[in-house]
Amino acid sequence: MHNKTLSEISSGLKNGDFSSQEITRHFLDRINRLDPELNSFITVTEDQALAQAIQADKMIAAGEQQALLGVPFAHKDIFCTEDILTTSGSKMLANFVSPYDSTVAANLKLAGAVTLGKTNMDEFAMGSSNETSYFGAVKNPWDTNRVPGGSSGGSAAAVAARLTPAATATDTGGSIRQPASLCGVTGLKPTYGRVSRWGMIAFASSLDQAGPITQTAEDAALMLNAMAGFDPKDSTSVDQPVPDYRANLNDSLDGLKIGLPKEFFASGLDPKLEKTIQQAISEYERLGAIIKEVSLPNSALSVPVYYVIAPAECSTNLSRFDGVRYGYRCADPVDLEDMYTRTRTEGFGDEVKRRILIGTYVLSSGFYDAYYLKAQQARRLIKQDFVNAFKEVDLLMGPTSPSPAFKLGEKTADPLTMYLEDIYTIGTNLAGLPGISIPAGQLDGLPVGLQIIGNYFDESKLLNAAHQYQQVTDWHKTTPID
Amino acid sequence: MSIDSKEIEKVAVLSRLKFDQKQLNEVTERLTSVLDFIDQLHQADTQGIQPMAHPMDAVQRLRADKVTETNQRDKYQKVAPSTENGLYLVPKVIE
Amino acid sequence: MQWETVIGLEIHAQLATESKIFSGSSTTFGAECNTQASPVDLALPGVLPVFNEEALRLAVIFGLGIGAEVHKRSVFDRKNYFYPDLPKGYQISQLHHPIVGEGHIDITLGDGAVKRIGVTRAHLEEDAGKSLHEDFQGSTGIDLNRAGTPLLEIVSEPDLRSAEEAVAYLKKVHTLIRYLGISDGNMAEGSMRCDINISMRPMGQDTLGIRAEIKNVNSFRFVEKAIAYEIERQVDILEDGGSIVQETRLYDADLDETRSMRSKEVAMDYRYFPEPDLLPIIIDDEYIEALRANLPELPDQKKQRFSEQYSLSSTDAEQLSGSLALGDYFEEVAKISGNAKLSANWIMVELNGQLNKNELDISGSPVSAQQLGELVQRIQDNTISGKIAKTVFQEIWNGNGSADEIIESQGLKQVTDSGAIEALVDEVIAANPSQVEQFKAGKEKMLGFFVGQIMKASKGKANPAQVNEMLREKLKN
Repeated sequence: MHNKTLSEISSGLKNGDFSSQEITRHFLDRINRLDPELNSFITVTEDQALAQAIQADKMIAAGEQQALLGVPFAHKDIFCTEDILTTSGSKMLANFVSPYDSTVAANLKLAGAVTLGKTNMDEFAMGSSNETSYFGAVKNPWDTNRVPGGSSGGSAAAVAARLTPAATATDTGGSIRQPASLCGVTGLKPTYGRVSRWGMIAFASSLDQAGPITQTAEDAALMLNAMAGFDPKDSTSVDQPVPDYRANLNDSLDGLKIGLPKEFFASGLDPKLEKTIQQAISEYERLGAIIKEVSLPNSALSVPVYYVIAPAECSTNLSRFDGVRYGYRCADPVDLEDMYTRTRTEGFGDEVKRRILIGTYVLSSGFYDAYYLKAQQARRLIKQDFVNAFKEVDLLMGPTSPSPAFKLGEKTADPLTMYLEDIYTIGTNLAGLPGISIPAGQLDGLPVGLQIIGNYFDESKLLNAAHQYQQVTDWHKTTPID
Repeated sequence: MSIDSKEIEKVAVLSRLKFDQKQLNEVTERLTSVLDFIDQLHQADTQGIQPMAHPMDAVQRLRADKVTETNQRDKYQKVAPSTENGLYLVPKVIE
Repeated sequence: MQWETVIGLEIHAQLATESKIFSGSSTTFGAECNTQASPVDLALPGVLPVFNEEALRLAVIFGLGIGAEVHKRSVFDRKNYFYPDLPKGYQISQLHHPIVGEGHIDITLGDGAVKRIGVTRAHLEEDAGKSLHEDFQGSTGIDLNRAGTPLLEIVSEPDLRSAEEAVAYLKKVHTLIRYLGISDGNMAEGSMRCDINISMRPMGQDTLGIRAEIKNVNSFRFVEKAIAYEIERQVDILEDGGSIVQETRLYDADLDETRSMRSKEVAMDYRYFPEPDLLPIIIDDEYIEALRANLPELPDQKKQRFSEQYSLSSTDAEQLSGSLALGDYFEEVAKISGNAKLSANWIMVELNGQLNKNELDISGSPVSAQQLGELVQRIQDNTISGKIAKTVFQEIWNGNGSADEIIESQGLKQVTDSGAIEALVDEVIAANPSQVEQFKAGKEKMLGFFVGQIMKASKGKANPAQVNEMLREKLKN
């Protein structure tokens, strides 16, 4: 039952094969049984989920047709959900019951989906291993000594372990695609502005974008149909109609032009992993695609640019956590400055503090031009590389991350090695492009993800390419646990 | 670009964060390595390049001047650490 | 040594919008605390700002009103600092690309001279909440109703040289923003307040001295007093060989002094950078020109026209051109009455006096322009005297009808029938033989006595000019 895809659950519910209550109960039981070891959930909303399921069953009986009606899923704990604890993985918000819904949460409610709970994540989405969460690290279901990736590690691990058929997630520098890759599931980061950021706790405003983590590309299309859309509450939301992302899934890939950025296959990439990626690309050739090498000459700049822009934005996005209106406040402050300083020092974890310091530093007087302005200029160079590449090809392909899942604690000592985890994913965030990671093989029993990058608003083409691959391969069906 | 612990302390004050001496040394060491790494940025030739603040180079949309919010003070203050008579309380501010 | 005072003002005007600059909360003044604070105003996690079109429109109108360049591309920045009434830990403002560029405002000084004051820029930003220090033991209460109210910050060049000039400039800005409907300018409610940058330098020196910034002064009188205090303080320090500390100071009206603000002691570094949650504001010529086309005649132009067209004094012209409604009212009264100067007098003295007494402004006047015009017309055509007109005015104010109705029903029509006046004159002369003697002996002043007696006998209705003429005639004999 838990191996069913979102699409299968949806049609099973409509056909009356099972009820929403039954399937919801099934996943809740699985969470109760398996999650104590994985730690992929921060909050399980059992009562609300069952109440929603009962409601959904009534609506199904009444003949209502929404695609996700009665289908269970989980939210990354970065999305504000009304009357439900919303922590962003931080002690700072460990007591924050949101008084309002994010647009993503509201959209999924409207679609009739049933919320199982809130998934674990790196604190304020800052991390690539899920080890910075105040609520403890998440274990990779393929090997519980290893990390699931991050920051959407809880969402990826939960889908991989089939604790939920789908989960929402967010991606600022690779936080959907890298954990999807490390956990062997499908993770889609849409074009910047495609999904509303209202109610999504901000990390870096000009980079953050929400998307789904699912078993299959078809399920990602189903989720994106519900999540995407113009939102007047988000100034950066794009006012463009949302197509049915399932419509083009079965298009032929014959003649599709795929570019391989040579910089993605240079030093730093595990040769065995490279071979796995090449095999996946061969599969595309068999499907009729034309493969071509392209260049993104400025891609080496993407990690440094990111580590100026993201900390700069986060350092001020996190200033609102001051102990005044919500969230953590230190005990017995002696005065206002003491309250600010102790609240923030005690409420934030080390990695978050590190990034606040970097961000404050690069924005401070005397350094702004050398760092922030320079990074913004270099960001345009990076975007231009992609724009040029898409004049020649329809899609870009390469690895999602330089290596499969690494061991817990392996990279925590040196922030830099952790930052390099996102070397292949960060460029798309800087450019605002959509990208997807799909399971494309295994290395020593650990999943390897293939990253596909599309042009602006080309999510349908991305999903089409991913779906076609999943029609001829089974990597997305392999599971770590029964 | 090397950064000394004095500068880190200044930045920490601006960020309202506090570190003891041991932590400060560790943070300084880690930030130095990160900043060294970031310095690769300076190899980029960005002369004449327009800075890019948003990926789409889009334009601000305008909101109609209408009151759409209603009073929900009780709901919003349920999550507040300290309130009295509808006000948020903080330690005495000295001007 | 002779010192020169150098002053620049940063005026914050709350824009007259219904809702806040980035949220749909009401901006109404005086609501119960925190009842107009929405998730955006409270900076809840995950909320986002969306810009209010009316705030943009009003800012552009201001730019056009001071002959400034309106920037077709302007950008919001974050200004970062921690303060409990600043919920996000940053204020959304405009640093590098303000909506309004360089302009100017002309002020009239006491001696009638006109001085041009440069306006460096005007930019959009959000207001902060309020900190209430009084009511809580050891705590400060925070009310965020005001947080997010749209502000236009109008920054002047350091062109002002005295408290008098500063107040004249402030008043001029006050008049203009109210005139154009940009802000209600209510200083008591904090709708308009200003920061004063003030420094001293030896007379004749070009470089500026070190300045102090006096924050948030909220009345014309306080601006004057704060500057006076600050000039004395700075001169004292400088004459003692000391130097001024660049700092932020607070004006305490109760003690009539300025003092250093402790809360601003921590070194500031605002770390401005472009607000990533908002996109650049782009407007085109069409937008600007449509607003320009709808711009009313500005106060300065109107003042000049009133002086020329109606031969008004400079003071009357300035007063009557200071508000759109007042200017329109005056012109209607003048048109109906046919006597502009008399109309101006009546508006400035009688009407204004009553309005002030009742705390009304012209839009709330119980006497319409039509009614006042008719009244002035009746003075003009000698139907009633100016004195009787005051009684009639009071009756109109009280809602007892038009001038003609009141004159008719109360029999207030001026007596111009020379036969009737002659009878009165004869009567008074006959009744006061000793006063007649005195007059004839050369005591000219006695004429006033006779006029008074006659007016009294006519219950004020006799035409004073006729009475005068006839008296002189009769007393000669």
